[in-house]
This record gives sequence, C-alpha cells and structure tokens, in this order.
Amino acid sequence: MQDLIRRYGVGLTGLMVLLVAFWLLMLVIIPNITLFESSFRPYLPVVEMGGPKDVYSPNNYLKVFDGSVETTILGMTFMVPVHIRTFFLTIWYSVTVTLACFVLAYPVAFYLAKIANPKSVPTLLLLLFVPLWVSEVLRAFAWWIILALKGPLNSLLLSLSLIDKPVRWITDYDAVLIGLVYTYILFMLFPIYNAISSLDTNQIEAAEDLGASRWRIHWRIVLPHSKPGIASGAVMVFMLSAGSLLVPSILGSTTSQWFTQTIQQWMNDALDWNTASAYAFLLLFLCTAFVSLVMWIFRVKLSDIAK
Amino acid sequence: MSAGIDLENVVCDFGDFRAVDHVNVSIKPGEFFSFLGPSGCGKTTILRMISGFTEPTQGIIRIGGQDVRGQRPNQRPTALIFQNLALFPLMTVWENIAFGLEVRGVDKAKRRARADELLRLVDLPGAADKYPSQLSGGQRQRVAIARALAVEPAVMLLDEPLSALDLKLRQHMRAELRAIQKRTGVTFIYITHDQGEALAMSDRVGVMSQGRIQQVADPREIYNNPVNGFVASFVGENNIFDGTVVNPANGMAGYETALGTFRARLGALATGKGVKLFVRPEHTAISLTAAAENSVPVTISEVSFEGSFISIQGKAAGGTTLVAEIRNDGAATVPAIGSAAFMSFDPARAAILPDAETRR
Repeated sequence: MQDLIRRYGVGLTGLMVLLVAFWLLMLVIIPNITLFESSFRPYLPVVEMGGPKDVYSPNNYLKVFDGSVETTILGMTFMVPVHIRTFFLTIWYSVTVTLACFVLAYPVAFYLAKIANPKSVPTLLLLLFVPLWVSEVLRAFAWWIILALKGPLNSLLLSLSLIDKPVRWITDYDAVLIGLVYTYILFMLFPIYNAISSLDTNQIEAAEDLGASRWRIHWRIVLPHSKPGIASGAVMVFMLSAGSLLVPSILGSTTSQWFTQTIQQWMNDALDWNTASAYAFLLLFLCTAFVSLVMWIFRVKLSDIAK
Repeated sequence: MSAGIDLENVVCDFGDFRAVDHVNVSIKPGEFFSFLGPSGCGKTTILRMISGFTEPTQGIIRIGGQDVRGQRPNQRPTALIFQNLALFPLMTVWENIAFGLEVRGVDKAKRRARADELLRLVDLPGAADKYPSQLSGGQRQRVAIARALAVEPAVMLLDEPLSALDLKLRQHMRAELRAIQKRTGVTFIYITHDQGEALAMSDRVGVMSQGRIQQVADPREIYNNPVNGFVASFVGENNIFDGTVVNPANGMAGYETALGTFRARLGALATGKGVKLFVRPEHTAISLTAAAENSVPVTISEVSFEGSFISIQGKAAGGTTLVAEIRNDGAATVPAIGSAAFMSFDPARAAILPDAETRR
C-alpha cells in the first residue's frame, strides 16, 4: 500500500482501491449475500413478506428431495428424486466434457509448446482465438444448425459414405456435450500450453537420451510437470460446464435437463426466487466440494493452480 | 564396455549457416577427448550429432565402428550430460539415477540397488531420497553423472557441465570427472570453451573454430606446438608480432618487423597472408642489458603480482605492448615502472604461424 502511494500518488491509489472495493462489494459480495439470505426464506405473496410466516428455514434446500422418478443405473432400478437425478447427470456429463477437453487439448498444447516452429505459434494461437470473436449464443446456434438431422455434418458424412443414413445428433445429452466441449476447450488448452511451455526441453531430451519411449516421456516427464496446468484447466472447464445455461438450453433435447435449467425454471417459470437461490447455492457448494475432492485425490494444491 | 567414435567428413548446415564443416576425428575407446573452442564454433552441434538429436547434413558418424545415422537418441549407446544437467525435479535422486533402468523394465529393487551403488561411485551416499532441488551444485553434478552411468553407455557426452560451478568446485570436479572416467573406462567426450579445463582433463583435445577442427593433439602438444595463430591465441596468452618471413631454412626463419628482425621456428604452412610471430609471456625473459638475439628495448609500464608468478608489461617503440611472466621464487627482482629494460626470447620457443584454417 505504502509502495502504491509512493508510486502513483494518493489520488490514483485511492481511485484504484475504490474501484476494486466497489467491484468486490457491489458486484460480488452483496449480491451473493442477498441471494444467500433469500434462499432461507419462504416464497410468499408480497403482503405476507415480513409477516409471521416469513421465517428462516432450510425448506427451500430440502425441495431437491421432492418428486422421485425411476432411474436405471448399471441394470439396477432406483427411485431417485428428479432434481437430484438432474444434479448427478449434470456433474457426470461435466466430468465427461472435462475429460474430452483434456484428451483433445493436451496433444495440441504439446504441439504448440514444443514441436511447432516458435515463429508460427502466434499465428496458430490467433487462429484458436478467432471463434471467440463471435458471441457464445451465435456459436451455439451454429452448432445447432451443423448438427441438425438434415444439416451440413450429416450431408458431409453421407457424401463421404462414412454413414449410410443421417445420424440424429441432437438427442439426449449428445449435442450438449459437443457444444460444451467446443465452447470451453480453450480454457483447458491455454493452462496446459503454459505449463508445457515452462518445461525445459532438455528434460525431454534427457529422458529420450536415457532410452525412454515417447509414451514414457509423456507419462513420467511432461504430464507430471504440467499437472498444475491440467488441474486449473480441468477446474475451469468443469465449473463452466456445470454452470452453463446457454449451451444446454440451445443444444438440449427433450430428454436432457441441466441443473442450471432447473434453477432457471424455478426463477422464471415458477417465479420462486427463493428456491432458485437455494438451488444455485446447492450447485455452487456441491461443485466446489466435488472439485476439492478430486484435487485431494490427485494431490493438487490450490497454490499450484493459482500459479 | 566403451566404444570409439569416428567422424568422417561430417558437415552440418542450419539453413545457410554451416555449423560444422568437414570434421574428421577418430576418438579411441576409453579416451577422454575434449572439443575446445569459443561459443558458436560448432562443438555443441558435434555433440548433438553424436547423441542423435541432430542429423549430419553430410558425412558418417560411427560409434564402435557402426554407422549410427538414422538412429534416435534412445537407440544409441551414448549418454549426454546437459549443460544445465536437466535432472528431473519431480523425482528423487535415486529415481533420477534409475530412470534409464526404469525405461528398460528393470524391477524396482534392482533399480534401487544399482542407484545406491552408483551414488557410492560418485561419492554421494545418503542422498538417494532427496530431491535435486535440495542438493548443492556439485552434488547435482554427481547425480547427473550417476544417471548417465546407470545406462552403462559406451560413450559419455558432456556439454560444459562445469560451467555453472564456482572456481574451487570446478577444479575439484575436474579431478573427480577424470577419476570417474579412469575408473569406469568409458569414452568421455567433453565440450568446453575453457582451455584450462580441456588441458587439465583430456587425453587429447580438438581445438575448433568456425565449424572446423584446427588441431587435434594431446594437451602438451596443443600448448607447446600450436599449428596456427588461432590455436596459439585461444589456448594461452601470446606476444604477437606482425611482419614478413625472410630466409627460411631448416625449420627456422628470420622475421622482419618494425621492432627489428627476429629468429624463430617456422610453422608448417606458414606462408602468405596472416602469418604472425607468437611468443608465450612465460617464454619471454626480462633483463637490463640486451640479449644476443630477439631482444626488444622496452619501458616497463605495468607490473602485476599474481602470486605464483609476476606479470610485467613493457611498452616497445611504436606503442606495442609486450608481456613477460616471471616465476615468483620469493627473491625475484622486479624492475620499477617507468624504467628501461629489454625483453627477449629464445628462437626455439617462438613460432611463426599461419592464420586459422577456414573455409575450403
């Protein structure tokens, strides 16, 4: 602080502190506290707000246990509350998206960091960025067109004789997964690219010189070194996927339901903002708990990710 | 289990730049061979070609008589020690050392035993479970050597591995490296720009400049009988005179300079442009009266006391500075700065040499 004042003067330092404080307080802390507070209050008509019925209770949170449906897992049939089912499917498919992003991004990141000619890397990175210049809504719609039953993807595959009848892509969660992988893959690519770039190429050469095969070099040298990058990429992709509303709304089918869509239905269709808030916090807490658990299993520290 | 290396007419181009230019060297099995030269002379490229990270543009590389062109580094019987050592920071010391065995499918107990054995060889017992970051520079050096020795290479390639160490440790590690080489009998190929290192450790030295080998000989020969001006001035200090050769006969010749005509040995090929006369400072004597021959009157301009020897600079006519080094026997008399004296040298200790060998 002393240092900042000496460098920029009291006026500019004050302005910076004020702006940061405003951003934190007004855009992060207060909205969240408001949401958190209202999540414990019942949904009441306006006249009864503040009346005797307006008391704090965990009832909004307990609504996830309402209304069971039949669910089959590994050939066994269970009765599972419908919102819990939605929640676990959201987590499960977000994990799938995260793994798919990793499998696709790792080779590209390694190529960019260690194989590509350093002179052409800026151009390649720019090419990766270009799709981000178009709004996420438009890109999701573009995929909706591409994946349509009589859309360009099916025509292409048919003309190449790779398939003999059109594939229905937008069914169940399939199109949602494709859309999410496409939307969030760069959040996986860049942390891994940064991590691999910081690996001394001599380490790779030393391993090869000692007789290691390509797979072994990746398994023992490159992957362990890039673990923090993979971890931060995975956390970002997972959290963004689980919290995405747009892609599941546009690319979803009649049989797909994302937990964020449930929250939106509480908020917009049922107009019950209190339950919607409770569900939003459930999503936040449980995802955070899940991420912490996975990080603990893979022995990744928070400080590694922040690097 | 050591192999010789033959480089036959090896050329390596990077685009328009010729990094290595028709190099021919035969390195014997079990030899400690150094490539010595300034940075950018192509010595590291030679090392990378032997280890397999770079392919020669032309020419043949043989290891143990076998042509190794097209073999990847993991197929060659060489082990490279990198300038920055490239230890694996996320593995413990013993895992580092045993990495080469791990990739060969040796089971864990045997790997551990071999790592401990090698740690004793490099005089570093008890460091097995530490991480490289917990070791000092010299200890890391030993781990890198042990890691390379673990794969039982026929040839060890060392890329200036001592350059990051401080002077004392560097001198200690020189002796250590030499001892390990003698103990294991593996062929060592050592890359350095430090002439002291190359002379002190090697059986033979190859001096390089601009991609070409200038001279291959044992250290004494390199220092005492350099074949050209580049070798003479890169290895050790010299007083250099510019002039023309007169009356060559029986390997000796006169040499006419602005400071008078000297007599010296005439090097082979010392004809044409760029021929100069080289005399080492320690072969330059200082006296109050003129010597019989090769004597230059000077004014003493600087005296620096170096401990074991005393370096005396004298200004000759025309501003040429000459340096004489005299051994400090404890009673050496040193002329005062500004006084007049004569610097002279034995014709047998002075050589008329051509310029460096460059492009054909």
